[in-house]
Amino acid sequence: MTVREKKEGPMKTEDILDTKSTRRDFMKSLSITAAAGSAGLVTGGCVGKGSTEEMGLKWEEYFKKNYRLMTQQEKDDTVTRLERLAKIQHDLDIQVSDQEPREQVLFGYAFNISRCKGYMDCVEACVQENNLDRNSKTQYIRIFELNPGQLDPTSGDGKYHHEVPVEDKFYMGVQCFHCENAPCIKACPTKATWREPDGIVVVDYDWCIGCRYCMAACPYWGRRFNWGQPEVPKEEINLKQHYLGNRLRMKGVMEKCTFCIQRTRQGKLPACADACPTGSRVFGNLLDPNSEIRFVLKNKKVFRFKEELGTDPKFWYFMD
Amino acid sequence: MTTNPHTGFIAFVSDCARWALSGGTGFKIYLAALFSLMGAGAFAYSQQFQTGLIATGMSNIVSWGLYISNFTFFVGVAAAAVMLILPAYILKDKDLHKVVIIGEGVAVGALIMCLMFITADMGGPLKVWHMIPGIGLFNWPSSILTWDMIVLNGYLALNAIVPLYILYCNYHNRPPVDWKYRPFVFLSIFWAVSIHMVTAFLYEGLPARPFWNNPLLGPRFLASAFAAGPAVIMLVLIAIKQNTDHVVDTKIFSKLQRIIVVSAVINLVMLFSEVFKEFYAFTHHSLSAQYLFFGLDGHSSLVPWIWTAISLNILGTLLFAFAPSKWSPRYLMVAAISLFSGIWIEKGFGLIIPGFVPSPMGEVVDYVPSSVEILITLGVLATGAFVVTMLIRPALAIDKQYKKYQETVG
Ligand code: SF4
Ligand code: SF4
Repeated sequence: MTVREKKEGPMKTEDILDTKSTRRDFMKSLSITAAAGSAGLVTGGCVGKGSTEEMGLKWEEYFKKNYRLMTQQEKDDTVTRLERLAKIQHDLDIQVSDQEPREQVLFGYAFNISRCKGYMDCVEACVQENNLDRNSKTQYIRIFELNPGQLDPTSGDGKYHHEVPVEDKFYMGVQCFHCENAPCIKACPTKATWREPDGIVVVDYDWCIGCRYCMAACPYWGRRFNWGQPEVPKEEINLKQHYLGNRLRMKGVMEKCTFCIQRTRQGKLPACADACPTGSRVFGNLLDPNSEIRFVLKNKKVFRFKEELGTDPKFWYFMD
Repeated sequence: MTTNPHTGFIAFVSDCARWALSGGTGFKIYLAALFSLMGAGAFAYSQQFQTGLIATGMSNIVSWGLYISNFTFFVGVAAAAVMLILPAYILKDKDLHKVVIIGEGVAVGALIMCLMFITADMGGPLKVWHMIPGIGLFNWPSSILTWDMIVLNGYLALNAIVPLYILYCNYHNRPPVDWKYRPFVFLSIFWAVSIHMVTAFLYEGLPARPFWNNPLLGPRFLASAFAAGPAVIMLVLIAIKQNTDHVVDTKIFSKLQRIIVVSAVINLVMLFSEVFKEFYAFTHHSLSAQYLFFGLDGHSSLVPWIWTAISLNILGTLLFAFAPSKWSPRYLMVAAISLFSGIWIEKGFGLIIPGFVPSPMGEVVDYVPSSVEILITLGVLATGAFVVTMLIRPALAIDKQYKKYQETVG
């Protein structure tokens, strides 16, 4: 419990005095406390000495809508609440973005099998960027080491622990493939997971009920569940967050690769593509005829994993 | 006491509560045992609630375990009430009509267990309201899970309301009015098949999991349910026969036995068909079956279970099929228990876990339920037994009273 340890919020003296000064305010604070009590119940933790403000925020958070149904105002409000809560609870100055997808953008990814040497810098960068749980060693990306003559990660070794590159081996990275016809989305009973207009398949962590039906439905093992309370050492937390991306998750919810939505919507590369020392990872806008990804799709022989399932992933493999 | 001095709903409820709870020492011990199991389950659940599902043995690879296995099995038990409802109400079978209420009671208990297992399995149980149409977002008709919620809750309502109405009438010494409940009976027959088919579709509809993505799954669910469900009902009837002065006609047992034999044989035929397909022409998609029956890459935790299940299945079927004409209750009990536990293992563990192994990335891990998981499961099972007991005892009491009344009047 390093990060999530409950700390008492900085209660301002004026606040306390203020709420006690008049009868009306007193009643108001009473109702907030009542709300806070139930909020403590619904947020499922031992609430202990959380401040009234924290309880009120949690209460409002509990009753908020699915992200897709929120108005812009409601989105901004929840973002403000989340930032405030992070400050109160963990003394963190996070910035949560609710940046919308950009027009005329459809993200795609291509992976060069002949270049990848299995260094796993991408994995490390992803863990850092996306605030992945260090306790369970969650990874969105996995690299499989394959023998010549195979082109299927299911027959490879996804747990190698030795120095790379190894002669006569090659490497294939997998992650969520952001399927256009995604079985995970179809399966979700609460519409807590969907495909954004720019092609990113996201999860609304606050809306997910943790039934894991999407996980059973994904043919690529693209999803990760928070079995316990995820933990990230405070000094390693990436403060630049997105509501649908790398903001800190809670126990009991589903998460997955978001093509680093907090970076890519600002025109940056995903952390994995940025970190790759061999240049095996190509990311870009499929609708832009001059993008590198379009070049790859046009000039290389590409293939996709488990094409026969008709999921139409936005993730291709190619060779030099 | 030929007429019932009490009338009205409050008297009905309080009398039912009295009938449900009063009993001899044996009954008190039974209740105490159920309560302690329920208490242990509640305690374990409070732990799971605090720490999250990490308290279970599940993982990102085997992401459903004991809870969903039991859920799947008990949907079948619930559906099986139709095997009594259909002959009793539609074919007007007098013998089965006498025990149909027990079938319905078992169905209600089983459904309550199903809903509890689903809740226990959820990562965010306090967010269930996200699934309620109107205030939440209900992904219907796309998600089969939403279909399953509709059919389960609908079936629960049907199986609670129809018997409640009939008992309420009988309590007031009048026969139920046909047109008031018959339509619901018809509906519940159709509904019983649908709860089990939809639950099968939950798995069948996932191309990601070749082990489940098999059109035989739905029909097999039904066949095994119609064997295991009546076996449970038979156990309850034996318990009633042994422990109360309520007479259970032997004809009822023979009829149930016939239903069980037919369904169990159909179930076994389909099982062999499946085994043939998986192993005659072994493909990549048969790895799950290999894991289940023989083990894979040195992982073989399910192997002893599935062979036990198959042996029990065959043993139970044979015992029922070749029952001597003069069987003792003990004989039937052994037969029912072996068939029931065989199907329980096969359709619970044996169906759910291999769906996840090997993972879509080809990884093989074993799943072992944690003690928290086992305690919660036991707690839910005890709750189910408690519910069934609490429903059936007043039902029998009312039944008896009504019969007495009919005798004095008629
Ligand atoms: S790879 Fe899996 S998680 Fe990702 S979009 Fe496709 S089905 Fe969904
Ligand atoms: S785990 Fe969450 S995202 Fe996945 S299907 Fe269930 S509610 Fe939807």
